[in-house]
Amino acid sequence: MIRYILSKFMFMLLSLFLLITATFVLMNAVPGSPLQSEKATSEQVQKNLEAYYGLDKPLIVQYGTYLKNLVKGDLGISMKKKFQSVDKMIASSFKYSLKLGVSAIVTSVVAGSVLGIVAAMYHRKFLDNLAMIIAVIGLAIPSLVLAPLLQYLFAVKLRIFEVAGLNGPMDYVLPTIALASGPIAFIARLLRSTMIEVLNADFIKTAKSKGLSGYVIVMRHALRNSMLPVVTYLGYLTAGIITGSVVIEEIFGIPGIGKYFVQSVTDRDYPLIMGITIFYAIILMVTRFLADIAYVFVDPRMRVSGGKAGK
Amino acid sequence: MSRRVDIDSARHLAPEMFEKISRDRVGAEEVGRKSLTAWQDIRIRLLGNKLAMTGFWIIVVIMLCAIFVPVLSPNDHFTNDLANTNKAPSAAHWFGTDDLGRDLLERTWKGAQISLFVGLMAALIDLIIGIVYGGIMGYYGGKVDEVMNRFAEILYSIPYLLVVILLLVVMEPSLTTIIIAMSITGWINMAWIVRGQIMQLKNQEYALASKSLGAGAMRIIFRHLIPNAMGPILVTLTLTVPSAIFTEAFLSFLGLGVQSPVASWGTMIDDGISAMTIYPWRLLFPAFFLSLTIFAFNVFGDGLRDAFDPKLKK
Repeated sequence: MIRYILSKFMFMLLSLFLLITATFVLMNAVPGSPLQSEKATSEQVQKNLEAYYGLDKPLIVQYGTYLKNLVKGDLGISMKKKFQSVDKMIASSFKYSLKLGVSAIVTSVVAGSVLGIVAAMYHRKFLDNLAMIIAVIGLAIPSLVLAPLLQYLFAVKLRIFEVAGLNGPMDYVLPTIALASGPIAFIARLLRSTMIEVLNADFIKTAKSKGLSGYVIVMRHALRNSMLPVVTYLGYLTAGIITGSVVIEEIFGIPGIGKYFVQSVTDRDYPLIMGITIFYAIILMVTRFLADIAYVFVDPRMRVSGGKAGK
Repeated sequence: MSRRVDIDSARHLAPEMFEKISRDRVGAEEVGRKSLTAWQDIRIRLLGNKLAMTGFWIIVVIMLCAIFVPVLSPNDHFTNDLANTNKAPSAAHWFGTDDLGRDLLERTWKGAQISLFVGLMAALIDLIIGIVYGGIMGYYGGKVDEVMNRFAEILYSIPYLLVVILLLVVMEPSLTTIIIAMSITGWINMAWIVRGQIMQLKNQEYALASKSLGAGAMRIIFRHLIPNAMGPILVTLTLTVPSAIFTEAFLSFLGLGVQSPVASWGTMIDDGISAMTIYPWRLLFPAFFLSLTIFAFNVFGDGLRDAFDPKLKK
């Protein structure tokens, strides 16, 4: 098992390193210098600026410096935002994104599981059909469409929520729903199909014949065995939430990282793009790594065979 | 319990409890159900799935509209008409007009062309790379498989959207760029599906027979194995289209996709959001057709998967 975790960890570091390198190469492959501006600057000023950012050194040296600073947590300086440091910008905006992201993840897992369990318990009955209709609609309407519709309906027409901004806990409701709708649908379908399979397994029949109530069977025996694919999905869920939050933060005017990311891309602010990309990548790969480890603890088969049972 | 009763009553059998069958009733030996080939079976199951067929017909109608509406409609999708800006839907402009007076019916279906084109092209490229790469991985196995699989795994572990966005920052935003960027990591899923299928199929007798007749690896893979793996490949292909359509809308929304004045559902939604409180139709039409298309492809793909699943055979 330790070997399994170690190999996953090394794999994560390798992917991260490759992504950082690829990002660096891509950003340096862009024609034109980020320091160019419409104002004519004298050659001396240009040179001083380049020296300030370390752009006069050969690429490989710049790459080394970047990696060294990265390990220390220094992501460089934004080129468009009046010389703010990228890591401070990320740190100040991350708290909003984190709150939104965590509430969306919790909502997706809880609501998705409830829908999935209900659908599986009432397989081929009315509640199953209802849950699956909700799930198909949730999958079909992208957050890009759902967010403005929610805004229009609940904020503009019914005036229950604020249209945009983040002033209280109520302001998280609409963005959370918009972000979580897709994952809720996905988890519900995933859990339903595995649960239906598990409910037909022999050990469930044993539990039934022991006289356990339906609730105990589902909660104590079936659920744990059905959660495996959901645990695997958690890593991808985080990716989906991060991606989605880029759009949602833009639509709801939330000053999170996603909003900075969009801005940095339109501004072509390369240090900021790189910083956020790497930051996102670290979050994603760490969650995927944690999901891999969690898998070992949820699935007893993995403990016995030392990680050979999985893919 | 009931079986015990049956056995008891069996002790008191009387001749009148039996029915005599004459020799000429040969029909009793016949197989009741007509024998069907796998594809006939799949077609019957697919045609019987109402939701999937609804999805299929929605896709057909949307495709026909995307082809014919821009040709037949008298308006033009990027001619500005500043006398008629932000008009609500009417007989002259069925879907209304936008802030530059452009006809939204025309723009919605021009946008559909772009979305469908991106979706289908992305799926096609995934298919080609995935089949070749996955086919080689699965057929040769061993060291070749290990190296190629590692490479795919590393590429896959890099978040898809970050790669797409990074590439779009570096390259000029255009339709081709979007498709290339999406294909860079998009093919991996298909390759894994094909690999799994080939691994299962390559030891079947017909593959061995072909090999012993002297057929080369490529001939076996493409003539014998891939056609037999068509089910999972088709399902993956169908489900790639909606995600590609969504990604295009997402990128266009962020300003990284197609550039104005060309219409795309993503850019139209982006424009529509800013105007939604006063001119809601500018948001509603592109938003509705984007959702409808994604819905249709999803339910059709699901139905296809069910149709190919022999466990669901009735």
